[in-house]
Amino acid sequence: MVFSFDLLINAIVSGILIGGFYAAVTSGISLSFGILDIVNIAHPAFIILGSYVVYYINAQLGLDPILIAIIMTPAFYALGALIYQVYYVSFEKRGQEALRGLAFFFGLLFITEVLLVLYFGVDYRYVEARYIGPTLHFGYLDIPLRILVPFIVSLVMIAVLELILTRTFIGRAIMAVSQDQFALKLLAIDPVRIKRIAFGISIATASLAGAFLIIIQPVEPSVGRQYIGRVFAICVLGGMGSLPGTVIAAMLVGVVESLTSTFYGPSWAPAVSFGFLLLTLAVRPAGLMGR
Amino acid sequence: MRTDVFFIIWLAVGAALYSWAVNFGNDYLFFAGYVVLQYVVLATAWNILGGYCGYVNFGSAAFFALGAYSTVAIHKFHPLPIPFLVLFGGVASGVVGFGMGYLTLRLRGAFFSIATLALAVVLETLVVNWDYVGGSRGAYIVRPENIWPFGAYIKYLFLVMLVLAICAITVARLIERSRLGYGFATVRDDELAAEASGVPTLRLKLIATTISGGLMGMAGAPFPYYIGYLQPSSAFGLDYAVNSIAMPLIGGTTGWVGPLIGAILLGSLQQIATVTISSAVNLLIVGCLLVAFVIVAPSGIIGLFRKYMPRKPAALIVRAVKKDASGAAPGAAP
Repeated sequence: MVFSFDLLINAIVSGILIGGFYAAVTSGISLSFGILDIVNIAHPAFIILGSYVVYYINAQLGLDPILIAIIMTPAFYALGALIYQVYYVSFEKRGQEALRGLAFFFGLLFITEVLLVLYFGVDYRYVEARYIGPTLHFGYLDIPLRILVPFIVSLVMIAVLELILTRTFIGRAIMAVSQDQFALKLLAIDPVRIKRIAFGISIATASLAGAFLIIIQPVEPSVGRQYIGRVFAICVLGGMGSLPGTVIAAMLVGVVESLTSTFYGPSWAPAVSFGFLLLTLAVRPAGLMGR
Repeated sequence: MRTDVFFIIWLAVGAALYSWAVNFGNDYLFFAGYVVLQYVVLATAWNILGGYCGYVNFGSAAFFALGAYSTVAIHKFHPLPIPFLVLFGGVASGVVGFGMGYLTLRLRGAFFSIATLALAVVLETLVVNWDYVGGSRGAYIVRPENIWPFGAYIKYLFLVMLVLAICAITVARLIERSRLGYGFATVRDDELAAEASGVPTLRLKLIATTISGGLMGMAGAPFPYYIGYLQPSSAFGLDYAVNSIAMPLIGGTTGWVGPLIGAILLGSLQQIATVTISSAVNLLIVGCLLVAFVIVAPSGIIGLFRKYMPRKPAALIVRAVKKDASGAAPGAAP
């Protein structure tokens, strides 16, 4: 097995790097689905939207993709807050989130995708940046910068999110709203406002995740669908709403996917996350770091 | 109305529809009608789990494609008449529905929905990697030009789908009015209370998933003959998933009428929009209608109808009598 040793190392390292990116993609779901209990299946569509915003501005002004994404986070935050408000008034208040709320997000997913198809077409789009192209070499280990840069920024983003959640007042209120809304009301905190903020943050992460996605690979509108199963698998595997758990689960899924595509062919990789999802749901629904 | 009478009336309606379509003299009507009827089956099937039990299935496309690909697999092995293929497709999808339900239905509803979403991706992966059914290149099914005694083959396919749609509606109505339907309703309205009062909720949910998945597979089984060239991306198209959710929700989820109305309206609208505008725009219309309806009219068209139409005459009479009684002097009422 000497011949495959460097393949193995490369597969594991690239799996970990991609896993960091998956963690960034999933962190938004961990917030909305894990903490707020809002099954936002449209999240991957917002990530693709983020990719296209980055693509558009990058093509027009030539700014750095990640910089664009950071500048665009307030806009995505506002979009998220708006969507939560609609969701709250139409479904959560009436107690209809289980059936119609899900259908609402499914509709949003669909509308976003079709609008992107109508506006940009189904061609693959990509961005320009200095770190897209070069590759670092360490012995027989190759690390493309286009994967390394998103990996590092993802981890920074998740660290910042975790700090916000555990150290700031708003963050602690967000953690509290998942446990007991009524108690929050007693403390004169409006749970709806806290949830709106949290959902806004969750959509804001989609802006960054979208930038990472389009740096790593060319994007077309339906790419998001491949991420639906993956992000929920990672979210459930990590233990709903635990960001450290999400990072570990994301790297695990990344490594297994990478090994699968290296040794069995890339066409099998999408099945990995589903296997993880079913296995987790059947064996340990609380996830790796579940409470 | 008894179920057999209901079934016979619908058969009569179906026969009338078929003879009208034959006399219309344009085969395109059959091609368009087939798709609409296929959506009637899919929407009705979705509603058995989604509307009656309250569990959202995003994987309609997966069950549909499973039916279609079971047809391809059997056809490659030995061509069989379509009714048998429908049966096989139904069994295959029903079994998969049962298996997935068994793994995920014990958890909260959201997990089941997510698993169905992922199921579509995985089944597509399997099919893409399975060369026997054509893999990613797709599979050709050469349908005969004509078939006795129907003439053009599409008329036969249309008839099969018509019968299937009538069966689906009858099954849905039968469930609705049976013990099973009341059980489903308890699961939908308050699962915890149902479980506490001794309703076997898991068993009911599994039954619903199996029936619903099976019907979707049946709807998919004749599809390869209809399309002639089956590709994974066309069989697993997201439009099946979104349509089979949108149609019942737009029509109304509480009974068998809602999905039927939704499927006929939305299905015909899409057939017209595909011809006159473009297929991307018609999907946009479906998405927007879905979002608009779940926000503004949660009970669908049926709900709107009930809200704005006058009450039943009987109810009006009762009210009028009550009014008279309260207005008249005590003791004077007859």
